[in-house]
Amino acid sequence: MDFNDSQEQAEFRQKVVAWLEQNVDKENTLSKGGMESEQALSEAREWQRKIFDAGWACQTWPKEYGGRGASSIEQVIWSQEVSKYPTREGFFAIGIGNCGPAIMLYGNETQKQELLPRMARADDIWCQMFSEPGAGSDVAGLKTRAEKNGDRWIVNGQKIWTSQAQYADYGVLLTRTDPRLAKHKGLTMFFLDMKQAGVEVRPIKQADGGQAFNEVFFTDVEIPDEQRLGEVNGGWGVALTVLMNERLAIAEVAPNGWPEYWDMIRELQLNGQPALQDDEVRRKTAEWYVMNAGLKNAQARMLSAVAKGGVPGAEASLGKLVGAPMCQDISRYALDLLAQSGACTEEELTLMNAQFQKAYLYAPGLRVAGGTDEVMRNIIAEQVLGLPPDVRVDKGVPFNEIQAGNQGVK
Amino acid sequence: MNFEFSDDQRMIQDQARSFLTEHSPLARVREVLDRDSLDDNSFDLDLWNGLLELGWAGVAIPEHYGGLGLGYLELCVIAEELGRSLAAVPFSSSVYLAAEAILLAGSDEQKQQWLPKIASGEVIASIAFAENLGGVALSAPAVSVSSAGLLNGSKLPVCDGAAADLLLVSAINDYGKSGWYLVTANANGLTRKSLSCIDPSRSVAGVTFSNTPAEPICSARSAESLQADLFNRAAVLFAFEQVGGAQACLDMAREYTTQRYAFGRQIGSFQALKHKMADMFVVIELARSNAYYGAWALSSGAGSLTEAAAVARISATDAYYQCSKENMQAHGGMGYTWELDCHLYYRRAQYLSSLLGSQAYWKDRLMEEVA
Repeated sequence: MDFNDSQEQAEFRQKVVAWLEQNVDKENTLSKGGMESEQALSEAREWQRKIFDAGWACQTWPKEYGGRGASSIEQVIWSQEVSKYPTREGFFAIGIGNCGPAIMLYGNETQKQELLPRMARADDIWCQMFSEPGAGSDVAGLKTRAEKNGDRWIVNGQKIWTSQAQYADYGVLLTRTDPRLAKHKGLTMFFLDMKQAGVEVRPIKQADGGQAFNEVFFTDVEIPDEQRLGEVNGGWGVALTVLMNERLAIAEVAPNGWPEYWDMIRELQLNGQPALQDDEVRRKTAEWYVMNAGLKNAQARMLSAVAKGGVPGAEASLGKLVGAPMCQDISRYALDLLAQSGACTEEELTLMNAQFQKAYLYAPGLRVAGGTDEVMRNIIAEQVLGLPPDVRVDKGVPFNEIQAGNQGVK
Repeated sequence: MNFEFSDDQRMIQDQARSFLTEHSPLARVREVLDRDSLDDNSFDLDLWNGLLELGWAGVAIPEHYGGLGLGYLELCVIAEELGRSLAAVPFSSSVYLAAEAILLAGSDEQKQQWLPKIASGEVIASIAFAENLGGVALSAPAVSVSSAGLLNGSKLPVCDGAAADLLLVSAINDYGKSGWYLVTANANGLTRKSLSCIDPSRSVAGVTFSNTPAEPICSARSAESLQADLFNRAAVLFAFEQVGGAQACLDMAREYTTQRYAFGRQIGSFQALKHKMADMFVVIELARSNAYYGAWALSSGAGSLTEAAAVARISATDAYYQCSKENMQAHGGMGYTWELDCHLYYRRAQYLSSLLGSQAYWKDRLMEEVA
């Protein structure tokens, strides 16, 4: 048992660190904007091009498609190191992490050679469109229709929660092609040009005031049949494969609020005394210290399996399931300690640029994005523990006879 | 990074599991639990002899002190299996606590004298530090030791105190300095009495000393500082027992809720129970991962053992409590009967939790170390 890198891993890590030291502006001149800002996008593009040119982009992709044919563990080491620097790494994670593998697995050779290197270099930006207003946790209940017309498909419907749709050049799209079949059986996957007529993107304002994702509307949008990914009505299998790839994006521990809290609590004074001298604060802090250590050590075990060539299973859900509520609770606890000043969100005036105020407002989103806490628990219960599936009233029923979405309110 | 046990260590674990499945089924644990009188044998003697033959008590004791000299990682995987099987033996007292204390602080002569006997099982040993049923003042034990080396006073509860042949006892001398002392159970003036225990498949006793001869161990260190180091080592090993027990609870809950039908369906198909079991899985994974970190720190000497041990201890204690209570809950009314085994784990969870310092003690030590 060894918690440290193998010699090979250590050498690779050194190479990565050396390059990062040379190529990252450690002064952090990045703009403050979130993912919705044009400035952030251009910074992200610039970074992606830089790592592409240096040969670090899309590490695990084959060389001919713009990657470097590296092992998963090298991808992880890269991510671990780059996360220590102020960069826009991860800005294109969904496109590169999910859409890339979809094209790699289901596209034809011409498409792969044309599209993948452009994606790796951020020449094209991609988005993924699965969820709909009536199909969230129950994503296979989606209704966006694709109907065959000669060698083209005509798409009508609406997608939601689509990150980066506002500037995406391409998107991967899951549609319903046969509503007479059972829910999971009548779906088909495509990719499409997002700039074509009939595609309309509208931003969604989130509860925290930000706008990281969008609604996308399709009105008689045409997709050539050669842009179909996988079999007609075989889209659910394609979606599962794509989501499986997502699990490899486990490089960083999901945000849990701990590093910021730990920095804060060691400095904080309460009534003229260090906060950690207070019995309650000290022991509460110890509980989170232990939880954070558990996440870190669980990840180390998972990475050990990845280093041996394994693929993380559904247990990879653990980081998000624990980290997201932890982030919410930590930010709430920090605000409580800050008393009145917790109510003020002025960055210039409040402790640590109002990080805890912001986290308090964005943490509810972490508990929903990429699968709710409840879906994560179902995944662990059914796929890891092998518990029996829930009773399903829609099982085997043709899709067009199933009730879905909000029946009461629009 | 290779944060995993080796194939050889896994093989030792598999062998331990097979052995315990055969020789320590829950029916055997119950024979100890259900014994008529506290004075009857307080542990499973056949199982104890069987695991001694396999050399388990000496796994981490160096060869020149009569052990197998394998190491802590090997002891950790065995501990997990002992915890899973609820083995009714004084292993933790003799091996994780007494042997480790002697290894940590004994003179070479003391090591030569006692470790081979603990490894072979000729001697069962334990430690005695608690003195009353209200909290413990480690820096100032009430048991006194005279300048002639005679102990006076009482310790309780002492884990496996009635079975032990050798005790390590904390005491204070005439100058107000505390330390640890070796006492044999047959020494003059030592009397002991089994006490009823929250987990009757294990045991506690009260031990009284009346001018009982004792020999100091590492007189240079205070009782408190030696105990802190000893607890670090033991906490990692206890954590593996706790994780093993917690995993057994989840396995039991999973099996029962898959076989039990209500409202026309397997109760394990209800999300209320699925989510409960998913949460059990999560706390076990976190606790197991922290225990691994503890095992690495203990075996390699790298990092801070206080940090690693505290983290392993806190999460394993919480995990075992959560899993043992929720396993009982998942079994409904049957879970609350003596007949079903749920309470065996619930009892053991608290026994292991009680013996090695409260959660508050460990949280304070953790923060003192890292903040």
